[in-house]
Amino acid sequence: MEALDILFTASLWAAVIRIASPLIFGTLGELICERAGVLNLGIEGIMTAGAFAGWLTVYLGGGLWMGVAVAALAGAMFGLLHGTLVVPLGLSQHVTGIGVTLLSTSLCYYAYRLVFPEVTSPPKIEPFQPLSVPVLSDIPLLGPALFQQSPLTYLAFAMVVAVSWFLYRTPAGLAVRTVGENPAAAEAQGMNVTTIRILAVMAGSALMGVGGSFITLSAFNSFFFEMMNGRGWICIALVVFSAWHPGKALLGALLFGLFDAYQLRLQQLASAAVPYQVFLMMPYVLSIIALIVMSRRVAYPRALMVPYRKGER
Amino acid sequence: MRLEPLEKRSTFRMIALPVLALIFAMAICAVLVMLSGASPFQVFGLMVKGALGSRFAALETLTRATPLIFTGLAAAVAFRAKLWNIGAEAQLYIGAVMTVVMGTGLLPLPWPILWPVLMISAMLGGALVLSVPTFLKTRFGVDEVVTTLLLNFVALLFVSMLLEGVLKDPMGLGWPQSKKVLADAVLPRLVSGKRLHLGFVIAILAAVVVWIIDRRSALGYEMRAVGHNAKAAHFAGIPVNTVLAKTALLSGGLAGLAGWSEVTGLKGNLTLDLSPGFGYTGIVVAMLAMLHPLGVIASAIFVAAVFVGADAMSRTAGVPSYIAQVMVATSLLSMVSAIMLTRYRVRWR
Repeated sequence: MEALDILFTASLWAAVIRIASPLIFGTLGELICERAGVLNLGIEGIMTAGAFAGWLTVYLGGGLWMGVAVAALAGAMFGLLHGTLVVPLGLSQHVTGIGVTLLSTSLCYYAYRLVFPEVTSPPKIEPFQPLSVPVLSDIPLLGPALFQQSPLTYLAFAMVVAVSWFLYRTPAGLAVRTVGENPAAAEAQGMNVTTIRILAVMAGSALMGVGGSFITLSAFNSFFFEMMNGRGWICIALVVFSAWHPGKALLGALLFGLFDAYQLRLQQLASAAVPYQVFLMMPYVLSIIALIVMSRRVAYPRALMVPYRKGER
Repeated sequence: MRLEPLEKRSTFRMIALPVLALIFAMAICAVLVMLSGASPFQVFGLMVKGALGSRFAALETLTRATPLIFTGLAAAVAFRAKLWNIGAEAQLYIGAVMTVVMGTGLLPLPWPILWPVLMISAMLGGALVLSVPTFLKTRFGVDEVVTTLLLNFVALLFVSMLLEGVLKDPMGLGWPQSKKVLADAVLPRLVSGKRLHLGFVIAILAAVVVWIIDRRSALGYEMRAVGHNAKAAHFAGIPVNTVLAKTALLSGGLAGLAGWSEVTGLKGNLTLDLSPGFGYTGIVVAMLAMLHPLGVIASAIFVAAVFVGADAMSRTAGVPSYIAQVMVATSLLSMVSAIMLTRYRVRWR
């Protein structure tokens, strides 16, 4: 059976990890924001900003890691904007997030057209090359999948550990979780809820920016309009799937990557019988199904989307 | 910094703050325009001229405002009840699909019957699309923001599949487009030789109807009560889930009408570029109107003017027309901030 054979090709598993990488960054970023009680619907635009800022830095002569740093910075700046509007001002997190997405996306497109008024084919850069880990990359099937990837992919996996450690093993992580669960109690402990929430949103948004830069600095080598293609929204679904735990976020991103990589290959196999659009729809439909399945058992941060004002209940 | 609620909202604040917000948004865009080397005054002048400077330009602005009134109403109705419908784009496209399914020859009816049939079909299509996320919200507690957003992508792929499959026009030279709707389905032009069509009038009527529902009907009252505090509404005996379902039918139906009006009034058939994001822009339209149904008309015309003006300006001044999107997005963010500040006073300590 050809459809099953696909599962035993190294290229499939390499693609799984590749597709999952930006989603890992984005999901971890959104997870940090939501753990602090802030829904960040700016994610789609913030990932676009990271993709554009990172790529432009490299195009203008910066190094690849410099591009990643600039992407993180761009993400953090839009995070600061979102955080300022929804935390001290207490604006609707839904509307503001959509506004941040519209703003950062349109700013990127405007800037792109300013820098390249009349290009017909998108300018290219030299992207990250896969980094082979000696010995380990020779393991059949898993070697090429896990140990011949872009350095950014290794960073994504490292971030899962780092974010887990941060949230559960550091005082700062405890502070983030507390302001997301019970801001009044955090205040009583002498924490500054506003500052902690804004910083958490900035940190999370920086991760989203890095996730966006994976698309232009590793997966592709140029910047296109509409290139995020809903990845940000999928990350939001993955956060619910993960029940707000970094480890499960990794699992969710990998499952999603497996599904997406598999449908791409199945599509080539079955293109005659089934319209290709059906396969392309699957990732979005799958995200919705995941939300339904998980909805029963999730314990979401209790202060999520609840603005906090001193003295108000 | 902290916010203190104001005892009562002063009229001065209610007017001054939104005006300041728009000036602030324009100032940001002026800086961006200067980055391109052009003079902001000249660019804004060209935009105003391009949007309102001639009879042709003004009619074009109203044409562009038509779908935005529908999608703006869709967002306003839903947001009033705190049903976060970010999926007007999908509902618009499915409304358009229903229009071409029913209107391209399946029902050879005279126009007085065909028009209402097509309108109802489009509304049902849009309403159905929003009913799914609303059901998932009320039944399983799944956040409708994410589901409506994801459905936008599903709907566009679905339309693409139909246009390359069952709905494909055999005479379309291989392009993914549907057949033209029947002549009886086409909405007449309001000014001969110009693109403005009857859909604009129907959009305004729709706004009036929504306003009457909002102010004069029990449903309007219930929708606002649910939006204000769903728990309190529940204790007051309002069936919250039923109200949300009705809100979804109304909101999705309005977005579906946007698709119907674009197909029968402007394009004649369905293509994949029917809507350049009218669904998303509708959210901005609704927020700028402070969710007031009649205000949606004015804010849709404003937003349409920005887009039409920027298109005309970029042809002559060479500043990228994406400045329109930036302007709309900054207006949205500064406006929602301003509205919040009409109710609170800022204390800087």
